[in-house]
Amino acid sequence: MNAELGQLALILGLLLAFAQFVFPIIGAWRGNSTFMAMGRSAAYGQFVFVSFAFVILTYAFIAQDFSVSYVAYNSNSQLPMLYRFSAVWGAHEGSLLLWVFILNIWTVTVTAVSSRKGSVLPPEFSARVTAVLGLISFGFMLFVIFTSNPFDRFLPSPLEGADLNPLLQDPGLIIHPPMLYMGYVGFAVAFAFAIAALLGGRIDREWVRWTRPWTLLAWSFLTFGIALGSWWAYYELGWGGWWFWDPVENASFMPWLAGTALLHAQSVTEKRGAFIGWTLLLSISAFSLSLLGTFLVRSGVITSVHAFASDPTRGVFILAYLGVVIGGSLALYAFRAPKMITGGGFAWFSRESLILINNLLLTVAVGMVLLGTLYPIIADAFGMGKISVGPPYFGSLFIMLMAPLMMIIPLGAYSRWKQDQIGRVASQLILPLVISAVVAALAAWMLSTGNLRTLTGVFAGCWLITGSLSYAIQRIRRQKRNSLPRSEFAMILAHMGVGVFVIGVSMVETTSTEKHIPMGPGDTFTVAAYEFEFKGTEHVEGPNFSAERGTFMVSKNGKHVTALFPEKRRYRKGQVMTEAALDPGFTRDLYVSLGDPLDNINQRWAVRIYEKPFIRWIWLGTLMMTFGGLIAMSDRRYRMTARAKEKTRLMAEKTSASEVTA
Amino acid sequence: MKRLLPLIIFILLALLLGFGLKNADQKSLIPSPLIDKPAPEFNLPLVGKPDEFVSKADLLGTSYLLNVWASWCVACRQEHAFINEISRSGLIPVYGLNLKDETADATGWLRQFGNPYAINMADRDGRVSIDFGVYGAPETFIIDAQGRVRYKHVGVVDQHILEQEIKPIVATLNAEQANAK
Repeated sequence: MNAELGQLALILGLLLAFAQFVFPIIGAWRGNSTFMAMGRSAAYGQFVFVSFAFVILTYAFIAQDFSVSYVAYNSNSQLPMLYRFSAVWGAHEGSLLLWVFILNIWTVTVTAVSSRKGSVLPPEFSARVTAVLGLISFGFMLFVIFTSNPFDRFLPSPLEGADLNPLLQDPGLIIHPPMLYMGYVGFAVAFAFAIAALLGGRIDREWVRWTRPWTLLAWSFLTFGIALGSWWAYYELGWGGWWFWDPVENASFMPWLAGTALLHAQSVTEKRGAFIGWTLLLSISAFSLSLLGTFLVRSGVITSVHAFASDPTRGVFILAYLGVVIGGSLALYAFRAPKMITGGGFAWFSRESLILINNLLLTVAVGMVLLGTLYPIIADAFGMGKISVGPPYFGSLFIMLMAPLMMIIPLGAYSRWKQDQIGRVASQLILPLVISAVVAALAAWMLSTGNLRTLTGVFAGCWLITGSLSYAIQRIRRQKRNSLPRSEFAMILAHMGVGVFVIGVSMVETTSTEKHIPMGPGDTFTVAAYEFEFKGTEHVEGPNFSAERGTFMVSKNGKHVTALFPEKRRYRKGQVMTEAALDPGFTRDLYVSLGDPLDNINQRWAVRIYEKPFIRWIWLGTLMMTFGGLIAMSDRRYRMTARAKEKTRLMAEKTSASEVTA
Repeated sequence: MKRLLPLIIFILLALLLGFGLKNADQKSLIPSPLIDKPAPEFNLPLVGKPDEFVSKADLLGTSYLLNVWASWCVACRQEHAFINEISRSGLIPVYGLNLKDETADATGWLRQFGNPYAINMADRDGRVSIDFGVYGAPETFIIDAQGRVRYKHVGVVDQHILEQEIKPIVATLNAEQANAK
């Protein structure tokens, strides 16, 4: 009975999504405020029904209702309670429901914020935003109901379910998908603001101010979500990698790159009124790439997904949906985007020109990742056989594109809008440049390496950190106050995060030690000055698996460091999982995983031992970027009400007038 | 023109994706390299009767359907009604290949859902399944009287597969058989 209620709630949600599209769009067109208000009510109503459906599915997992097909396939009676929650989005149908649910969270938040008292948004504008979000939701719910219904029954009901994919039975996977979806579904808001602006024809600095905090919030979630996914892959997949350029990862990375470009384009539009075309196009692109990613992951086009999972009808549906949403919005852009370059011009060296380079590099990077991801289809289309490009393509091209970007980031913070002298900016950055060179030289000496990639990476990372820091110090001195405006602080933090990230990546990629060796009880092996002693394995029973657990005693120069317990687990359905054991540290991780048993008599195992220097910096850096985004979003200027806004507008007009005369 | 560029890029992309989708359609019909080749050799004990062995040679002379199944496989439950139906209808002898299963689980499962298999072999370590190129249960093969693999289906057998694929193949095999006599 419950599943039918969930189904009913979804259908009602679908109808309300349609109402949420139709009424406000007509209302905004005819200036009918009743119709516009109906859009808001429909949005709230839809949220209630979708949440209800989501709760029902969650309940079906908790109560182990195997008569629901989705539950039967992705759960079983031994599944620990915690994973019954995450199993809700453990496979296709449920993760789409999560997608719709999160879109609804964004929609009601935006609707509530933009219709509250004192909001600066014109009612027609927010009605159009609501309508666009309604249309997006409508299409997705159609998709869920007709091709991927999570409430389908499985009758007669099986006594026992299959199991949740053991890879997903991990705490990291409980929060990774919701965070990631909050990110790329969140770009729907920036998208809706762009479409509403194109429909209404009003695109100015004010508009950017409305959309920017939402973009920042979505971007922060996405950054955090991607970092979580990478962290999970690192400790769960058992081979110590942190990024694989796999289509699923690329699907989330492309919107991130476009979103990053968008944030920077927005800052130009907000401050100078220029780059409006870029801002609009990137707003559309960031979300379009999210949808494209969904298509790639769900349709079975790229990965030769297992026969049960891939479903061409789903692919056709999403492709049609992409055609309507992306094709429609790009057509709208082509015909409605402002024809003239508004806002002031800028000199060849200025903050605008540096951000333009940033936008170009990031856009090319999106194109490169897209090309690499789609390469198998392209090759197939032109009869070149079935090939896919691997990490070598992505890795080398991406570094080449990002290296110039790393170099100009500190310049960007220092440079002035409109016009600046490269000599003036460079002279301020001599100290960071010298410090970075010294650190790189020190690294070369301490690691006794001449590896160009390591040293360039360390240099670039230091350059980003010290360059941003010196800007912060200078800025504080100049204004004779011990604080920075939030948006400045956010920028500095995020740019330093990039530096920390770059150091982490270049150290891990070039100076890791990885050993694959057979070991029996009592054997010792030394990796990067750490001595690993294998004590042997014992059999342990988990809630829904049994495992062999190895014990490794780790010491350095005769002193005990830690004990590590990697596991080889066998789950109910027979899947074998490697649970690596690791000892995290600020400057290095130690990582041990059990491969396969080599022979039963001597209990020898194929063992992998890794030493990964500075790998934590990768996630530390991404966390800094995440917080940067959140802090920037909380800047005062985005929270102003109508009256305060009027005051600043007048002031801004005065200053821009004086700029023109100057 | 410049503003149309993103739209044009997208349209090209959509065409490409459409092409990829058309191919994905065919991708799910993974052709087995074994089609029209002799089936791999096997000699396996029967489920529940570990002393009785059946080999490929024992089964020559009639064509049969070989269904790879397991008690741990949920999708197998879904198709089981059709396997039962094929067996009952006498369309073609139905044999089972029980993949990586415990005997007690397998026999219990058959008691619960019905046993369509005239001969049911136990592939405890999955060796023979590997030889057959099985990469998951359920999979269904049709093997002719000369011991050649004539058909392979990955995934659940349903009404559509039964009517559109299995029945025509069986008809062809019967015709061949009649001609040979």
